[in-house]
Amino acid sequence: MELVCPAGNYPSLKSAVDNGADAVYIGFRDETNARHFAGLNFSDKRAVKALEYARDRNVRILVAVNTYAQADNWSKWERAVDTASDLGVDALIAADPGVLGYAAEKHPSLNLHLSVQGSATNQGSLDFYHQNFGIKRAVLPRVLSLKQVAALADKSPVELEVFAFGSLCIMAEGRCLLSSYITGESPNTAGACSPASAVRWQETAAGGMDTRLSGKLIDRFKAGEQAGYPTLCKGRFDVEGEIDHALEEPTSLNTLDLIPGLSAMGISAVKIEGRQRSPAYVGEVTRVWREALDHYKQSPSSYQAKDQWMSALGKLSEGSQTTLGAYSRPWQ
Amino acid sequence: MQTTLGPLLYFWSKNDVFEFYEQVAESGFDRVCLGEVTCGKRRELKLADWLELAKRLQDKGKNVILSTMTLLESQSDYSQLKKVCGNEEFLVEANDMGAVQELSSRGLDFITGPSVNIYNAYTLKHLQKLGLKRWVMPVELSAEKLKAILAQAEALGIKEQLETEVFSYGYMPLAYSARCFTARVNKLNKDACEFTCLKTPEGIPLATQEGEKLFTINGIQTMSGQCMNLLDQWWMMEDMGVSSMRFSAHSKDVFTALDGLLTELDQEKPGSGIKIDDQCNGYWFGRTGLEMEQV
Repeated sequence: MELVCPAGNYPSLKSAVDNGADAVYIGFRDETNARHFAGLNFSDKRAVKALEYARDRNVRILVAVNTYAQADNWSKWERAVDTASDLGVDALIAADPGVLGYAAEKHPSLNLHLSVQGSATNQGSLDFYHQNFGIKRAVLPRVLSLKQVAALADKSPVELEVFAFGSLCIMAEGRCLLSSYITGESPNTAGACSPASAVRWQETAAGGMDTRLSGKLIDRFKAGEQAGYPTLCKGRFDVEGEIDHALEEPTSLNTLDLIPGLSAMGISAVKIEGRQRSPAYVGEVTRVWREALDHYKQSPSSYQAKDQWMSALGKLSEGSQTTLGAYSRPWQ
Repeated sequence: MQTTLGPLLYFWSKNDVFEFYEQVAESGFDRVCLGEVTCGKRRELKLADWLELAKRLQDKGKNVILSTMTLLESQSDYSQLKKVCGNEEFLVEANDMGAVQELSSRGLDFITGPSVNIYNAYTLKHLQKLGLKRWVMPVELSAEKLKAILAQAEALGIKEQLETEVFSYGYMPLAYSARCFTARVNKLNKDACEFTCLKTPEGIPLATQEGEKLFTINGIQTMSGQCMNLLDQWWMMEDMGVSSMRFSAHSKDVFTALDGLLTELDQEKPGSGIKIDDQCNGYWFGRTGLEMEQV
């Protein structure tokens, strides 16, 4: 399985490459990609440098142009696709049928991957993107159980990539508007979820911390409790008088245990989430996953996730806890 | 301007569903979408029951559409989708690209619901070639964005071949998950959920710790905490070329809202305003979804 790692800037890219990524995915500096954060992503010039660094070390570069193209700004998405093609990247990761159609027609030799934002969870959807745009690979949303992934892999017309580690989206990607409902910006329209510009950290009289998005209280931390970023689906809310993480707790996906299963069902690539993360984070996660995948390759029958890998990844996880997410039925 | 009643998003008992649609049959809706679109485990009505309802409504002069599931996960979800797409009698509303594939590969015309991501006219053009006749705009888009999409559609020469519908009244579906939040709130496992969502026919409100309502929990779906109300925007929609307004029912209040709109349409008197409690319209004005812009 190919190890696909994130890079939000050049140092992270080097870190991913140096620690054993097979492929690195990046985005340009605008709302054409789903990690449109201030100070993040690549200018054309930086992308050329990134490509050279990766190529020299036999690592593939994938470019995400994976938001939904807004009609009043369509040319921006065209330009991003053209730039990716001119750079000669190994694949373009896109979700919008308009964008995929443009890429397929204008740059027929460009490899297309369906982004997780394309929300393809079933056979018909995969057939749709394959037949209409010739996609070579699809990234599956984090809503399928392991059994459902296996059933899909069995008949998929294209390679499948699944999420292996990182912040956990609990909603079907490409179909979550919670962020625009509260802040006006969503992954689909602006490439942002719970955007930093809407965040307010507010010390409470009791020495704790309130975290807000567009003024709405997302979580309230007691003194001494570590305050986390106010991602909408991971806040503590009032439901029927009970204050709890009604949707999900701060936690990260970790599937080191699933490597043999995913490999046996023919999954082509595992993806690490986190283009917004630091070079140190990207390097460490990549290192652990490289070691695990190599370990599995050498002796598939005796593979077992090592404690030291689990604890290294645990330290890098949201709320220092990890989950198998939707892959495991009880989580659902 | 036509009116469409979207599919029922909540889980109601079979009796309640039949009783509700009896009232729909006598209402002023032009078009009615039927079928389970939220959770594959909700089987109070089987496809045969929905088809029976469809025929009854058609006999009463309604234009009937079958809606498909939005988040398709299991093989059985997908077999059900195939059955709906192959019904051979009623037009189908696709709520996932899987349904678009099933319908277009059978050479059937289709429409798309609000969860199919159409954010530009290049996407529209592609789907139109495959058989798209009418589309419902994603709920998060504004009037300005819609104008841009329709201008683009005109430039691509497809505007006249497509009808546009806007979600105008009701709690908006905002997100879909593998996890059932209704089961979670009730400390149940999804696989042994006891169909607990039957007990909350309008979903469960989720508020901040300061008591501000944000969302509504409805099984695997997270909905808006406020009820979308764009009814006073019909004249603007008409100017833009929108051909129908979609209502989504959380209760029988939907009939009051419909009657209010029909009266306004009848009297050609825009903007007298049909006010309801706890409403929002922010998306339409390019703001956050939960805001209420006073017009």
